[in-house]
Amino acid sequence: MKETSPLNLYKFLPQTNCGECGEQTCMAFAAGLIARSRKIDECKPLFDEKNQKKYGKKLTSLKDVIAPEVALIYVGAGDKQLKVGGEDVMYRHQMTFFNKPPFAYDVTDAMNEADLVERVKLIDTWKKFYIGNWEEVEMVAVRCVTGDAGKFAACVKKVMENTKKPLILCSFDPKVLKAGLEVSAATRPLIYAATKDNWKEVAQLAYDYKVPVTLSVPFDLDGLKSMVATFKEMGLDDLVLDPGTAPNGEKLQESLQNFIKLRRASVEEGQKDFNYPVMALPINAWLTTKDPVRGAYWESVLAATFVIRGADIMIRHSIEPHSVMPDMHLRFNIYTDPRTPVQVKPGLYKVGKPTEDSPVFLTTNFALTYYTVESDLASNGIDSYLLAVNTDGIGVQASVAGGQLTPSKIKDAFAEAGMDFETTTHKAFILPGMAAKFSGELDDLYAYKVKALVGPEDSGRIPGWMEKQWPPKK
Amino acid sequence: MGEKLSISDLNKKLAEMDVKSLEGVTIEGDIELEIDAGAGGVGPLFAYYFGEEVAKVAVQLVNMAKAFGYPVESLLQPVAVAQAISPAPAELAKAAAAVPAFKIPDTLKTAKFAVGTDKTWKTQVQEVQLGATKADGGSRGHVIKIGGEKAMPFFFDAAMPNRPVVTIDVFDMPIGMAKAVKMHYEDVMNDPADWAKKAVKEFKADLVTTHLISTDPLIKDTPAKEAVKVVEDVLQAVDVPIVIGGSGNPEKDVEVLSKASEVAQGERALIASASLNLDWEAIGKACVANNNVCLAWTQLEINSQKELNRKLMKVAGVPRDSIVMDPTTAALAYGMDFAYTNMERIRLGGLKGDEELNFPMSSGTTNAWGVREAWMVNSPNKNDSSWGDRMLRGPIWEILTGFSLAMAGVDIFMMMNPIAVAYLQEITQSLMGLIKAETPDTTNWISMEV
Repeated sequence: MKETSPLNLYKFLPQTNCGECGEQTCMAFAAGLIARSRKIDECKPLFDEKNQKKYGKKLTSLKDVIAPEVALIYVGAGDKQLKVGGEDVMYRHQMTFFNKPPFAYDVTDAMNEADLVERVKLIDTWKKFYIGNWEEVEMVAVRCVTGDAGKFAACVKKVMENTKKPLILCSFDPKVLKAGLEVSAATRPLIYAATKDNWKEVAQLAYDYKVPVTLSVPFDLDGLKSMVATFKEMGLDDLVLDPGTAPNGEKLQESLQNFIKLRRASVEEGQKDFNYPVMALPINAWLTTKDPVRGAYWESVLAATFVIRGADIMIRHSIEPHSVMPDMHLRFNIYTDPRTPVQVKPGLYKVGKPTEDSPVFLTTNFALTYYTVESDLASNGIDSYLLAVNTDGIGVQASVAGGQLTPSKIKDAFAEAGMDFETTTHKAFILPGMAAKFSGELDDLYAYKVKALVGPEDSGRIPGWMEKQWPPKK
Repeated sequence: MGEKLSISDLNKKLAEMDVKSLEGVTIEGDIELEIDAGAGGVGPLFAYYFGEEVAKVAVQLVNMAKAFGYPVESLLQPVAVAQAISPAPAELAKAAAAVPAFKIPDTLKTAKFAVGTDKTWKTQVQEVQLGATKADGGSRGHVIKIGGEKAMPFFFDAAMPNRPVVTIDVFDMPIGMAKAVKMHYEDVMNDPADWAKKAVKEFKADLVTTHLISTDPLIKDTPAKEAVKVVEDVLQAVDVPIVIGGSGNPEKDVEVLSKASEVAQGERALIASASLNLDWEAIGKACVANNNVCLAWTQLEINSQKELNRKLMKVAGVPRDSIVMDPTTAALAYGMDFAYTNMERIRLGGLKGDEELNFPMSSGTTNAWGVREAWMVNSPNKNDSSWGDRMLRGPIWEILTGFSLAMAGVDIFMMMNPIAVAYLQEITQSLMGLIKAETPDTTNWISMEV
């Protein structure tokens, strides 16, 4: 959606201010649509069949206006269904990037069963905790190496027995794809790929099995566009584009430039006839090396390249921690909504196994601050309590200056979290050094029954501070 | 309730009736075609699900049955949807024909793709020369130019005139560092000159940064006059352009960096750094007086960066070609999104004509080593999947921290791990098209063996 004025969306709404969506007015709902905080189908009257005559035209127009600049494709079925594409901006600060590109890790039909099951389970269960979320791997890409349709179908079946994650079926042979679809079509896998050679047969498969399809025309954007035009004319609209991912040399430069061109065409130039999600293949790093570290590093670097500039989905190989961990964080950082600071849930957290003798720290609910303090306590083996005060996700220094962190807010936060200082042996808590000026007022607020100690300005110095200042002198 | 006819019977009957509309439909084998009239399947939905041709067959069957005097109408009581649009056999044919058929064309449509350049990028980033040779008053073997971009990094709008460069950190005293970094410098840690040599010769540093951290009053409080001797040693030891850093103490740094600038007079050394928290004017003037370049450091805030750049130019008199910005590097997983977007906005602002922002950028990429994922042996979270070998995790953390910011516009990277330096150089130069390599055939990736 390019529209930035709620007024221009308002004209497509019922304008009755019925309040069913939870907003007081249709104008407020229109503003929500602009901010992407509301979804069109939350306007119930617009979708009510009884109102078809009255609002039918408005609904059609509204759908057109709010459609994302990069088409949104759904892959998979049920609760594991993934959104692919749906981006609206070129640079994340212009709004946010919406749907992080799913990472599909490969398996092949040439693997023996034990290896296959082990790898699928690894992919299925991989997870890492980061800023309050579990990051996971989203998909499995099944590659046909044997060229044998039966073996491929059996492999797909085995994969499905071991994971519910959506699949990408990879083969250029329509017979192989068909065999895979026979056993998996109900889970709505993405098929890879239609090429200039097999497109008729693959189009038929996409139609017959109602699955999204990848169009692969490497390093030829005219050719890719002609394929898109042909598929669209056939009524096939669930498309993913593979413009080619070269792993090295000057072709790598060309690859990135093609991704940038496609993103610019859809997002900045509104080329609606060529605005499908784009697939990158960092796995191609392995075409240049057999060295396991070199391969993993280079694949990681390629993944970073395309996460930052224009890929909506990608096929990966290395699930080694030194490849998947940095890429997960990079993707998380790039796809974090810059409009809302990253926050942790306010409340009292335990670090290690605190007892009645353990120190009580406090910080803000800005996730970065919180996790830094938490990590400084945990990695130094300091069993303690840590209160995250709700400052709307603003750090200590800024919230002290901006009034989001105040003495009474700190007292209220302790009370809300159920912190009873009477149960501690020290009856004290430790203020961040940046909030030192609150100590007197806090002593007053607690009527000197609880002591506010002033801690270091950097939580990295807590261990040194503890040596000198803890436990507090009576 | 279904009426069963074998296709061979049907074909015979149809032939007798001279049915034209089945031309082009070939039905092979003796298939049984079943029309369950009671389920009311014949209608637009039927046509949709089974295709136009089959629907036509159905219509013919219905007509035929009617011709035979079969009570078709009474049997065809379709379900609600079909009923609403009248399922009379004559209209069925019309409805069936109205459903667009799935038709595969014989050839691909032709199409041409074109996309424009970004017309809002009108201003070039300032080009800055680091280092000076004898010819222009210094003693370096060569000079390095950074900046000068007319487009976002690696975009096709305009080629980058200068490649990103790496300066490797050297400290004037041994410091604590992550194991994966320390292992490369243990033998030179007590001698900054040897350290600098190793960084240049073995690890291909474009520049070296001498950090005078021993000057920190809380560390050794080395007097400025004494500390800057290390700068002289490094200038002797290597002939690449250099960067000089202080200890980060805002009072002491003014004295130390001013002195260092004098020692490196005429070398176009990058002095790190002036900031709003210290006497930026003194540092800026020390750069101007000695023909050095001033690094303008702010903390993740684009307006502060504008303010500092403006003050350095207007008040301290630093020329445009002698300013590099350090808008702060928050490392991967520790706020990289803030650093990335801040830098991307600064670069876009500069390209669009903001003359307080169109300077080259520097990144303190070594901040990556402060991230626990880069150096901790194991995850503190028991439920995490394995973190693997930290000796492998650390370098890639530094690579991706630097590389993501290269994509946002950074021109010079302060780094430490030699493996990370090599990868950062390789990927940035690849994306500029500077590394010629035979690209493998990617079309057969599906069947590759790994």
